[in-house]
Amino acid sequence: MFVRLVYESFRRQKRRKALAAVAITLGVTVATAMIAVATDIGDKINRELRTIGANILVTPQEDTLDLEIGGVNLKPPSDGAFLNEADLPRIKGTFWHNNITGFAPMLPVSVALEWNGRTENLTLLGTYFAKPVSFGKEEFTTGVRTTHPWWRVSGAWPDDSSRDVLLGERLAARLSAKPGDDLTLSGRQLQVSGILSTGSSEDDQIVAPIALAQEILGKPGAVRRVYVSALTKPEDALARRDPRSMSGPVYDRWYCSPYPQSIAFQLQEAIPHSHAEQIRQVALNEGAVLTQIEGLIFLITLAALSASALAVSAAMATSIFERRAEVGLMKALGAGKLAVASIFFAEAALLALIGGFVGFAAGGLLAHQIGRSIFDSQIAISPVLLPVTLAIAVIVTFAGSAAAIRKAVRLDPVFALRGEL
Amino acid sequence: MSGRALNSAQKLAVSRAQSPHTSMFFRMLVRAAVLRRGRAASALFAMVVAAAVATAMLNLYVDVQAKLRREFRNYGANIILVGRDDASLPADALSQVESVLAGRGVAAPFALIVARTSDGQPVVVAGADFDRVRQLDRWWSVSNWPSAPQQALIGVRAMSVVSPKNQPFGLSFRGQTLQFTPAGTLRTGAAEDSRVYLSLPDFVSWTGVQPSTIEVAATGSPEEITAIMRQLERAIPSADVRPVRQIVEGEARVLGKTRATLLAAAALIILTAALCVLSTLLGWVFDRRRDFAIMKALGASDRLLNGFFAAEAAALGGAGAVIGFVLGIGLAAWIGRVNFHTPVVPRFSVLPFVLAGGIVVTLLAAILPISLLRRVQPAVILRGE
Repeated sequence: MFVRLVYESFRRQKRRKALAAVAITLGVTVATAMIAVATDIGDKINRELRTIGANILVTPQEDTLDLEIGGVNLKPPSDGAFLNEADLPRIKGTFWHNNITGFAPMLPVSVALEWNGRTENLTLLGTYFAKPVSFGKEEFTTGVRTTHPWWRVSGAWPDDSSRDVLLGERLAARLSAKPGDDLTLSGRQLQVSGILSTGSSEDDQIVAPIALAQEILGKPGAVRRVYVSALTKPEDALARRDPRSMSGPVYDRWYCSPYPQSIAFQLQEAIPHSHAEQIRQVALNEGAVLTQIEGLIFLITLAALSASALAVSAAMATSIFERRAEVGLMKALGAGKLAVASIFFAEAALLALIGGFVGFAAGGLLAHQIGRSIFDSQIAISPVLLPVTLAIAVIVTFAGSAAAIRKAVRLDPVFALRGEL
Repeated sequence: MSGRALNSAQKLAVSRAQSPHTSMFFRMLVRAAVLRRGRAASALFAMVVAAAVATAMLNLYVDVQAKLRREFRNYGANIILVGRDDASLPADALSQVESVLAGRGVAAPFALIVARTSDGQPVVVAGADFDRVRQLDRWWSVSNWPSAPQQALIGVRAMSVVSPKNQPFGLSFRGQTLQFTPAGTLRTGAAEDSRVYLSLPDFVSWTGVQPSTIEVAATGSPEEITAIMRQLERAIPSADVRPVRQIVEGEARVLGKTRATLLAAAALIILTAALCVLSTLLGWVFDRRRDFAIMKALGASDRLLNGFFAAEAAALGGAGAVIGFVLGIGLAAWIGRVNFHTPVVPRFSVLPFVLAGGIVVTLLAAILPISLLRRVQPAVILRGE
């Protein structure tokens, strides 16, 4: 009888059930999509912030002072210490290697450029553009195209194994050179593959594959510094502590958190004779911006959750309120409060489960669409969320119906049947 | 007691007789709300919540840009002025920059040279206006800022070369040697760590070199910043004005994405809230089909009935929107305080949208069931079928 009552109520009152089901489905859709966006927004914004540039700088431990003014390096090129290029793939062997989105080694050298019969002394910067590197079984591509996304090239990016170079924008304008031109650099014939525009000192320099710079310097494998771009967690009190003063478990927690400091520390361990430090301008502000955006989206998700809970409750309350006459009839035929309430709760649970399933699927699609259109990447929704979402849908539906059901079971059947209320 | 009741009844009769005919319309509106307090209140509540959420979201959407832009200014300069061909900037360059900025940002001049320590090591020495640097480059981690003349701020890497025991040290440039005392150390993780910073007056009187670079952190939209750059180019023709591209582009990207996410969230939330209002009101209006039937049976015209329910809905929507607007402003201010540590400025320009939206949603919720009921004979409704 109980099952038949519930079944018939769904079969015959399609309009009313549809209204409540639509409300629940929409509510769950919005909630699922917002939760998916909120859990992923940190990672997405972190990746966007990486466009501001590398946040960790690795330099040789025993280096002499940098003598750089306005992008012109005054330090004798062979002076000071170097890192070994062969050690760099180890960056991908550190604990947080998945958080490292890229790295680019730099080696500035002085060259003599012969152009139109004149000789000019310039800086040539050797680096990776998009070089395939392997560590163990892992293959990846890294270079300035990932770490310095604001660099623009008109013409073509040189291949890392070629001997092509990029000319800085201002230098090219001064020489009135264009892509495809040949030039003589310290006795070597090279081809210009493109004109580079960066907005800073590289605009006056020549940028080349690092092997070429090493050849000119006469030091194979030498690297002056490495820019590392890593996804990090905003700095907090633990991050700022000195790892040497930490006890075991605290140290483990520090080491296993992706703070800029701990990633720098691990890089220092991975590359012999190196000193790694967070670039405070980038790392510090990144944390501040990230914290604020995450906080904002979190609060908005709360607002979305309460709005959808409210919508579901309102729809349920309305649909039960409309059925007073039915309640009156049931009670007049001798149904107890418990019987009436359990019918309504069973209906609510069924509605919540149906709405929850459909809403979860729709919410996943919506989150996917938001990820695609805003961030050009996936926002995945983990299946673990499904039981949680269903449970929340049932609870919210019950909570929304509770007041209306209580009112309905207390109803005097006489008044209800006469429609006087 | 009875005399007083009679008296008030007489007064009521007199006032009713004297009042114009239209007051019936208003009395029905008011009494309907007062007598069905529970249902009216729940409809109003839904409307208030929806309007509050919509107001808060719209306010945040408008304001988040300003809030995040301020946060991005902590990245330091987004415009750099450099003397063309390594020449110094004119002496009045800083005041020119200040007058172009007119309070819309911070500017700090820098001068750089290579000096030698007493044992002949080269080191980059910079002259800077420390008060301005503190505002511009907030990420500088400084143990103690110089406060007296002849004090120097030394980068952590330069420390071991210049003053390993934190002792006073001499620097020479073009044959001029001067003694300085270390005030504190500077750590940035970048080129600054290898430099020695002096106050600009000390630097200029020692070297005679004027600032060659002015770093500017200008606030505003990308268009405003481009305009500022153009003004700077006109004001100081001898300088090269460049944007710090990674900051400008990164800022634009992050702001754009955040705003797009916020817009999507706002659309979803407002949609849900509107749905909540719609379903509550549908129930409320449907519930009153008896009132509708009685009015119709007593001879009310369709126009009057539509007008009555529409007026009721509009009053509910309007009142809900205004109360919700006030609450929403509060909500936005609270979110601003908690998250950005400054309140979100109330935008009254949002009010017309919230008001119009509220009235449209409530009208929709009222008109839909009425148009359904209109086709039904009043007798059928009154018999409860």
